[in-house]
Amino acid sequence: MRKLAILVAICAIATACNKQGPSKKTFVYCSEGSPTAFNPQITSDGTSNNASAHTIYNRLVEFEYGSTKITPALAQSWSISEDKLEYTFNLRKGVKFHTTKYFTPTRELNADDVIFSFDRMRVSTHPYYKVSGGTYEYFNGMDMGNLIKDIVKLSDHSIKIVLNKPEAPFLANMAMSFMSILSKEYADTLIAADTKDKIDNFPIGTGPFSFSSYQKDNIIKYNSFKDHFAGAPKVDRLAFAITPDASVRYQKLKIGECHLVIEPSPADINSMRDNKEISLLEGPGLNVGYLAMNTQKKPFDNLKVRQAINHALNKSAYIDAIYLGHAKAAKNPLPPTIWSYNNSVVDYDYNIEKAKSLLKEAGFANGFETEIWTLPVTRPYNPNGKKMGEMMQADLEKVGIKVKLISYEWPTYLKKSSAGEHAMVQLGWTGDNGDPDNFLYTLLGCSAVEAGSNYARWCNKDFEDLVVKAKRVTDLSERTELYERAQTVFKSQAPWVPIAHSIIFRAMSSKVIGYKIDPLGGDIFKTVDLK
Amino acid sequence: MLKFLFKKLLDLIPTLVGISILSFVLIRLVPGDPVMLMLGERGADPEVYSRMKSELGLDQPMYKQYATFIGNAIQGDLGKSIISKRSVVDEFFSRFPATLELGICSLIFAALLGIPFGILAAVKRNSFYDYFLMGGSLVGYSMPIFWWGLILILFFSVQLGITPVSGRIGIMFEVETVTGFMLIDTLLPQTLNEEGIGPFLSALSHLVLPAIAMGTIPLAVMARMTRSSMLEVLGEDYIRTAKAKGLPIRKIIGIHALRNALIPIVTIIGLMFGSIITGAILTETIFSWPGIGKWLVASINGRDYPVIQGGILFIATMIVIINLLVDLVYAVANPKMRS
Repeated sequence: MRKLAILVAICAIATACNKQGPSKKTFVYCSEGSPTAFNPQITSDGTSNNASAHTIYNRLVEFEYGSTKITPALAQSWSISEDKLEYTFNLRKGVKFHTTKYFTPTRELNADDVIFSFDRMRVSTHPYYKVSGGTYEYFNGMDMGNLIKDIVKLSDHSIKIVLNKPEAPFLANMAMSFMSILSKEYADTLIAADTKDKIDNFPIGTGPFSFSSYQKDNIIKYNSFKDHFAGAPKVDRLAFAITPDASVRYQKLKIGECHLVIEPSPADINSMRDNKEISLLEGPGLNVGYLAMNTQKKPFDNLKVRQAINHALNKSAYIDAIYLGHAKAAKNPLPPTIWSYNNSVVDYDYNIEKAKSLLKEAGFANGFETEIWTLPVTRPYNPNGKKMGEMMQADLEKVGIKVKLISYEWPTYLKKSSAGEHAMVQLGWTGDNGDPDNFLYTLLGCSAVEAGSNYARWCNKDFEDLVVKAKRVTDLSERTELYERAQTVFKSQAPWVPIAHSIIFRAMSSKVIGYKIDPLGGDIFKTVDLK
Repeated sequence: MLKFLFKKLLDLIPTLVGISILSFVLIRLVPGDPVMLMLGERGADPEVYSRMKSELGLDQPMYKQYATFIGNAIQGDLGKSIISKRSVVDEFFSRFPATLELGICSLIFAALLGIPFGILAAVKRNSFYDYFLMGGSLVGYSMPIFWWGLILILFFSVQLGITPVSGRIGIMFEVETVTGFMLIDTLLPQTLNEEGIGPFLSALSHLVLPAIAMGTIPLAVMARMTRSSMLEVLGEDYIRTAKAKGLPIRKIIGIHALRNALIPIVTIIGLMFGSIITGAILTETIFSWPGIGKWLVASINGRDYPVIQGGILFIATMIVIINLLVDLVYAVANPKMRS
């Protein structure tokens, strides 16, 4: 019994000590997982991006906080040549790198750092190319290796990137995490010490926070970088408390062990809304879930049939039942947070009679039999493909279309639908770079039919001319207009039934100010503060 | 004795081969392709997909993959994690101390309460205490760790506010990893001089709830085992003799009965190290405890084949070796076992 009493006493003292708060202002973010590395060049997941690209690093250009517009960052200005093949970036002067326990920089950012960072990913003889595996998934995935012909140093503070062909989304690619700028000086000292591996786990960058320490699977600590070129962050320290279980994250938020939590569990949303100490933020995710109709197969080559199906599906019922209300009905193939979203497009309303009469006009007065492939995995844009399939089946039954539901294992599903074996298929997309091209051309362009990402296998000349032209011009207002027109064409031709853009949630303590939901899905803390 | 040891070691081989095949095959039966998970929708591009697959060696037939895996494993190389690209052995050892620390603490908790409860139930057989404790142990044994952990958090952390919700140490403390055991590292001179006793107490308070959650099932098992073993011993002649001699009951139980009753309990504690790993998988996920349990869950979600097959083989080997040691200790104590 005495031992028990001692144990209890120790616990009580420990608790008392535990409560004494930090003297400095520390912002605690409860994240969901561990980063795979601290270098966005070699990682591709959101968790790693939050832990490195948005905290430690900067890029030449960046997305404006809270939107998908491009703003100057390490590059103060840039110019694009007449033929759209040469991008000249003028670097900001006086940008400092982090000083940490393991590295003290002696110089400020210059063109060498930029060239070093990009060449690591594109030049196979580069001393760092093979470090940490040498697979640059995003760099290769965005085809940057083939797009960039050359990178030329013009002066200490300006560089020129020469492209092989004009590509308007190039600037948006430059703002993506994998184009972060590392320190060449640090890399050189690592080569001298024969510890090249450290570059990906002990990072040195120019971002608002410098890396302090990482206890695997437990906690990541950062210090705020007082000399950050855009001004010091408001908090003194930032910590990522890695907490994989969503309900535990919520409990930690409730008792103040963290200030902001990622992805609250849908079951907790209502109780969070009722809690006055917690504010719940929501914003549309950069995604779209859709049902693609194979326009190369009968009867979906018939416009009236496609329009009839658009009228027959009751989207709002799916949003209530499958997304539990946590989604917005989609009418365009791109989400409303992307620039050039055409809000004046009018959606097909849910109207069984109209659907029936369109089918009759198309020569299917008695309907027909077909298949819907239902998504076998949970994706942010569609949490339950099978259930949605059943609801679609019931809706189409009402207009006389008999639907068989089919599903395959995920790799097979993608492979078969890429090859166009389906009649109708559920799919979706999460955007990478906030550029409309990333949705419209990737998912609906003619060359995407062959590439296998255009699941409607829809190749429309009017649409194609607009999106290809928009790829080649760089003037934003001109591109906007072209994309808006492309969305009108898409709507009238109805190759898909766009279904939903799911909503992203973040829950935070009501003490937090200066945080915004980022449409690209990241968590960015450069402006956060605690009341 | 040597012959016995040799025979036991030979027995290990088929066990380990069986485990390696199972862990290798089972994870491949789980739907979900690691390449597809890594590439997401972009995996639809067949060229990218097949390039990645061959880089990871997953395009080889299964028996070839297994042969490579076993060949490397014999040389102590369990491969590299698909996700972090680091060696599975290194990853394992960087996390193992956390699991071991939690496991030891939960066993200490279980023994400190379980053994006295068992004795009390045996001595007061068929009384209210007996029914209460044995009923309680049944409840403890049947409780899902996942649920129990959350209940503990809700009560002690959220309602009472006396323990932290999760993690291993308060975020304001900077502790250098030397041994990997937080309770020891916080008491090493360097940390102690810089930050005082605070880090140690913080680490201790973080340990309490997960240790209780993980120790509850062993506690229940120990209480029941102690009770039945104690009852058996209490029926022996020498106890009756001691009673007849008029020795005080505390001495009879404390010295004569307990010493003999504890022999099977010690064995059980040894064997429980194996079940600690199973408990760790759930406990560590709930309490964000950075050990191998949480590591395995994350790897299964990411279909990180090398980590799953290598990690499970590693854990299985350790459990088998612990069991072997328990057998050996037994054999030393009881020569009859060797035949």
